Amino acid sequence: MTNLLEAPQQPKLPAGPGTPSTRRLGATIRNLMTSPKYGPVIVTAVLFIAVFVIGGVRYRGFFSGQVFLNLLVDNSYLIVLAVGMTFVILTGGIDLSVGAVVALSGMIAASLLQTGWSPSVVIPLILVLTSVLGLLVGLMIHVFKVQPFIATLAAMFLARGLCYMVSQSSISITDPVFVSLAQTRIPLGGILSITPSVIIALVVVAIAVWVLHATRFGRTVYAIGAGEQSGLLMGLPVARTKVLVYVISGFCSGLAGVLFTFYTLSGYPLTAIGTELDAIAAVVIGGTLLTGGYGFVLGSVLGVLVLGVIQTIITFEGTLSSWWTRIFIGALLLVFIILQKVLTARRR
Amino acid sequence: MSALFARVVAHRLFWPVVMLLVLFTINLIAFPGFFTVTIRDGHLFGSLIDILRNGAPTLIIAIGMTLVIATRGIDLSVGAVCAISGAVACSIILGSPTPGSLSTVAVAVTVAMLIALVLGMWNGFLVAVVGVQPIIATLILMTAGRGIAMLITEGQILTVNSPPFKFLGSGFWFGIPIAVIIAAVVFAVAALVTRRTALGMFIESVGINPEASRQAGVRARGLLFVVYTFSAFCAAIAGLILTANTAAADANNTGLFIELDAILAVVIGGTSLAGGRYSLVGTLVGALVIQTLVTTVYTVGIPPIATMVFKAAVVTAVCLLQSPTTAEALRGFRQRLAIRAGKGVAAS
Repeated sequence: MTNLLEAPQQPKLPAGPGTPSTRRLGATIRNLMTSPKYGPVIVTAVLFIAVFVIGGVRYRGFFSGQVFLNLLVDNSYLIVLAVGMTFVILTGGIDLSVGAVVALSGMIAASLLQTGWSPSVVIPLILVLTSVLGLLVGLMIHVFKVQPFIATLAAMFLARGLCYMVSQSSISITDPVFVSLAQTRIPLGGILSITPSVIIALVVVAIAVWVLHATRFGRTVYAIGAGEQSGLLMGLPVARTKVLVYVISGFCSGLAGVLFTFYTLSGYPLTAIGTELDAIAAVVIGGTLLTGGYGFVLGSVLGVLVLGVIQTIITFEGTLSSWWTRIFIGALLLVFIILQKVLTARRR
Repeated sequence: MSALFARVVAHRLFWPVVMLLVLFTINLIAFPGFFTVTIRDGHLFGSLIDILRNGAPTLIIAIGMTLVIATRGIDLSVGAVCAISGAVACSIILGSPTPGSLSTVAVAVTVAMLIALVLGMWNGFLVAVVGVQPIIATLILMTAGRGIAMLITEGQILTVNSPPFKFLGSGFWFGIPIAVIIAAVVFAVAALVTRRTALGMFIESVGINPEASRQAGVRARGLLFVVYTFSAFCAAIAGLILTANTAAADANNTGLFIELDAILAVVIGGTSLAGGRYSLVGTLVGALVIQTLVTTVYTVGIPPIATMVFKAAVVTAVCLLQSPTTAEALRGFRQRLAIRAGKGVAAS
């Protein structure tokens, strides 16, 4: 299963434009490129490298390790969100509540820390609460047959409303543990450094990859996305898995919320509006099919990096206003959706 | 008697209407003058009128959304279309030398509507011709749309001083708010055109099975086009009303979350997100439930910030009550009651 995972990364280099290759290699690459499973991921990887190179050519100081590492530093919470979202979308569902849950966990953290709670209690509490919210959403979807869209929409309203109930204004965090976690830089040699959040995000990604590709649960997730009825007939635990993916998404949103507070050191009820769209966009750009069944966690990570690198370029450009980001993301989404459509249509 | 009762309970508008009546009762207890409508300066005034007026934009969008959902689609882009139409109208009015003249406003409104029609056709093109899932096709415009609106307003909040334009949002005609009249006209047109002709049936048939309806001679592709264009048209009307009401185009906040409210109104009204069946009257009730809920929160004296929590509660309640699982459980319960009653009769 592991070498299947690494496969999309390997043909990256020969797939570059204008490289002459043997016929067999060419056929393999064509097969990979046109497969609905690997095609979009490879395109995303190529796109990421291309955008990064273009940025490096255009702007001085862009082509450095730290710019790349900053992509991870700035987007660690989004990576965690995208991981949770990948699980949900792989089963053919969707989770609109993640942005609001990020804001809610930030608010809970900020307000509890302000009243003197210990971070060692607050963080697990947040993770448990958001997982329970995910569980409720999952039960609503599975037991009561409410559409994922509506159930998670209700959860979004609930979480956002609770944010306002906690406080209407921004609460800053002065807890020493949070501050030190926010300011610690882990040196990677030279001037390169990352934050603890990046390590947490990468650990989450590693666990998710292992769960999806090496456990029965992961295979059931893929099976549900490919066809729920078939999964049921095969005797797979469809009910449990369908509920669990929302628990995972809830947990990831809570964790992302904690990472986000490390990043901003405050809780604000209006924060992270529209983050669910970024997470969904990252997953789609990362090559996960929205109808479920196809996709990789590593693809979603690539998707987040593509979104991040676009944002970085807009910052470097200076003259482009920040709302161009949204237009670019929209355009990218369009390209990738049509690409998915073409690839899956050709296979049929 | 009990048969009649059972039929009333089984009606799909039963729970939404009950919800509306409960909300009215709460309002009446909290504020005894809730139902009184007075005439002041020749205009109708009262809580009910306020509910109708503030609920008009949501209702107008929900009408378009109902038809989209009936085809088993969804339109997430309506909020962004609202923002774009408001931004276009305001920038035209601001750019003209005579912002107060009726012709300027007429041009601004017409151009805004035409642009919205183009956006709607774009959605229709993606769904009907390219064959993208509706939720994703419209997600593209939802993401990029606010960026485009920002581009039009150049990131500013455009404030206009134009009496004819303001009239659109807060004017009265024969004592009735203009917004309510517009909503009533849109509702009447939609109801007449889809229910007095075969169009509504065609829309439902596309929602049940696009391929089968195509083979039966229904032009599914053209219908989808029309439905998405109509939805954007409705969104533009609502956007113009919202913008005119505040006399300012705010690309970030005009119509924020209105797509969610509209979808909720449709779902509360008993139209299934799975398509194939719709009720415009249900949507009307749904929109009223949402707006009354917001008003209730104000009249009862709950801090307005808690509105979202209540919305979540209502959505959850209505969804759970309408769920097939609940219906099954209720039916089982009623049968057991009937059996017990039957036994009682036999024993005596």
